[in-house]
Amino acid sequence: MIRVQTAPFDLGAEVDALRAGRLDVGAVASFVGYARDINDGSGVTAMTLEHYPGMTEKALATLVDEANARWTLIDVTVIHRVGRLLPGDPIVLVAVASRHRGDAFAACEYLMDALKTRAPFWKKEETPDGERWVDARDSDEDAAARWRTP
Amino acid sequence: MSLRVLYFARLRERFGVAEESLDLDGARVADLLDTLRARGGAWAEELAPGRSFRVAVNQDLAGPDTPLGEGAEVAIFPPVTGG
Repeated sequence: MIRVQTAPFDLGAEVDALRAGRLDVGAVASFVGYARDINDGSGVTAMTLEHYPGMTEKALATLVDEANARWTLIDVTVIHRVGRLLPGDPIVLVAVASRHRGDAFAACEYLMDALKTRAPFWKKEETPDGERWVDARDSDEDAAARWRTP
Repeated sequence: MSLRVLYFARLRERFGVAEESLDLDGARVADLLDTLRARGGAWAEELAPGRSFRVAVNQDLAGPDTPLGEGAEVAIFPPVTGG
């Protein structure tokens, strides 16, 4: 299940929904990303997330397809928020259900690394010095590159 | 051919436009970029070779040699920063 939304989400409720009626699920690995109050050495009072409607959903579906092809998964939830968020607000959730933990751990990390470099979202931060667009990090490209098979 | 071109985030603000229809004399992403750079100013600066930006054609990430079809939706945006 893939959702792009302005509303917050609840990790427990999403994991319950992911597992509902599935007694073959032996493992759920989840990741939640939160808005921080500091970035690149200066305070962040709020951020606004913009996305490319249409491509966002398509890109996330492709990433989930790739994870399903690579690991044995039972179900996946990806939720990404857009709009204005405050420090401490949850931004993104990836939860992966599988029979055994190895597939769930690996697929969850893969999905986050791939999302960071391929899903069309952009963050603009509000700081005491004004607004600024967040620059992409080389470390995110490096993290995504780890998963490429030679 | 006629294209719909979208701009996002910092590039949308720099160019002062979110979306435009464009008649392109060319068949690939590289031809579109040449046409946009020829406008000078922010266009030439932001889309200069070596600058970091991404292009999507019909909502899939693309490269300079990606072909463009009639009515294609092309998006130009900075490297993504979600998650």
